Amino acid sequence: MGLTLSWLSVIILIPLAGLFLKSLELSPEQFWNILTSRRTLNALRVSFGLAFAAACVNLVMGSVIVWALVRYRFPGRRLFDAIVDVPFALPTAVAGVALTALFAEKGWLGAPLAALGVKVAFTPVGIFVAMIFIGIPFVVRTVQPVLQDLDPEIEEAAGSLGASRWQTITRVILPSLAPALLTGLALAFARAVGEYGSVIFIAGNLPNVSEIAPLLIVIRLSEFRYADATAIAVVMLVVSFVIIFAVNRLQRWAQSRIPAR
Amino acid sequence: MTIEVKNLVKTFGSFKALDGVDLKVDSGELVALLGPSGSGKTTLLRIIAGLDWPDGGDVLINGEDALAQGARERHVGFVFQHYALFRHMSVFENVAFGLRVQPRAVRKDEATIRARVKELLDLVQLDWLSDRYPSQLSGGQRQRIALARALAIEPRILLLDEPFGALDAKVRKELRRWLRSLHHEINVTSIFVTHDQEEALEVANRVVVMDKGRIEQIGSPDDVYETPASAFVHGFIGESVELPVQVEGGVVRLGDRPLALAAGGAAPGASKLFVRRHDMLVGPPGSGAFEGAVQHVRNFGPVQRAEIALSGGKTIEIDAPRDKELRVGDTIGLQPRRYRIFAG
Repeated sequence: MGLTLSWLSVIILIPLAGLFLKSLELSPEQFWNILTSRRTLNALRVSFGLAFAAACVNLVMGSVIVWALVRYRFPGRRLFDAIVDVPFALPTAVAGVALTALFAEKGWLGAPLAALGVKVAFTPVGIFVAMIFIGIPFVVRTVQPVLQDLDPEIEEAAGSLGASRWQTITRVILPSLAPALLTGLALAFARAVGEYGSVIFIAGNLPNVSEIAPLLIVIRLSEFRYADATAIAVVMLVVSFVIIFAVNRLQRWAQSRIPAR
Repeated sequence: MTIEVKNLVKTFGSFKALDGVDLKVDSGELVALLGPSGSGKTTLLRIIAGLDWPDGGDVLINGEDALAQGARERHVGFVFQHYALFRHMSVFENVAFGLRVQPRAVRKDEATIRARVKELLDLVQLDWLSDRYPSQLSGGQRQRIALARALAIEPRILLLDEPFGALDAKVRKELRRWLRSLHHEINVTSIFVTHDQEEALEVANRVVVMDKGRIEQIGSPDDVYETPASAFVHGFIGESVELPVQVEGGVVRLGDRPLALAAGGAAPGASKLFVRRHDMLVGPPGSGAFEGAVQHVRNFGPVQRAEIALSGGKTIEIDAPRDKELRVGDTIGLQPRRYRIFAG
């Protein structure tokens, strides 16, 4: 107990407190001005907006992947199952370089897309792609155990009670998975908001267009504007905290309704 | 509603789950499909429900071809061994599910649905649980809710797959009696699958004994117990002494010893002699068809179970009344009160 608390304090709480203290060096007006400056707002909008969009895409595609991995037996299933973890394991800078090479105007995917007039690398679309890449395992790994635990007999039961396939999915399967899906969404979102390494290579980093908030923090730090950096950091921290709190509530809600059998 | 199954065949890979099954169930019957695991009884039930498809044969429900319909159109109530309740729904919503997913044209209004669910929860005597979630119920309660849910759609027939298989012995016994009286009340044509002979004999009007994808015998509980049609049925239902014998010219031999038993109509050749354990009467040495030494005696409720080493070399177990004095080491005579001989 004592060890847990002191360890948590040293590792997490003290640095966070330091962050808040640093931002207190700013007067409220200064704090407000930094946050409402065009560049900060745009960076936050890029980070949170694209992260949310990427998390939504991951929610849908992750569910499809989970369904295939859990319900079907096909050759190479174990391999695909392992591949899901690659974004977890890969150093983010490596992922960033790989994605950039792939989507650059001369890249394998970049070239045909460029011919279609779609530019991915060095645009917000690139950020979006990188965020999808790093977020997908969060959805898959949260939903997979819950779906595995879901007895296929409940689908047969729904069918024999007269439910159509669509009704079975919307009234039985999705509600059973809902807590896990929401948790996966929130985790993928939180990860994408904070992502730095894989995004900065592909983003192009144009201020106001494809500059993410974490990068802006680094830029401010390199300009020795520490207070500015911490102000942005505090906003990200608060938002992340709210998300984690929501995830916790969701999990508790899920457990209270659906305890382990 | 009648159910008729004709020459049903189903294989899983090289395993023959059903090997030409014919069965007719009359309206209002409560039929037990009884057999060991792997005998095909659950497969048969699932095919009737539309949850599995046969490789050949016909299924008629009330004279109509059921194989032309999916599970959804068959209007069959199915109760699963592990309940298969919807865990994110309250008990009330579980029971209401079948009514809520009906096509809009025939769907009842909310008040009617509520009244119907209330009525079903009353029927299974669990109306006080309607706001709970399945995870908060005991196994017996869950199974009764699963039954109420299946009955909500007013099924033409009711199919139960090992409905009490996951419950402990005491709850099982209660639910058995309860199921029989419930069937008496609602009188819907029902088939239930079980591997528990006691359950089949106690609950069903008619018992279908299955083995290796085939039906061995169809009859009343008395029939299958008193006059088993095959060696398998005799061995599976009730506890039996089983001895390999030779029948030659009307004489029954155990090893090379002729037994003082009439062969009846038994065909000559290698055969099996079956005697119920409690039909072996104990007497003084030389008094019966068999003779043997008592090796072990245990009291077993109303009877004592004794292990007897027959002089032919086989060891058998018999049930004798408690007041019969049996001591380890005694030599006794044994005379079967009733016996049956099957070829094979």
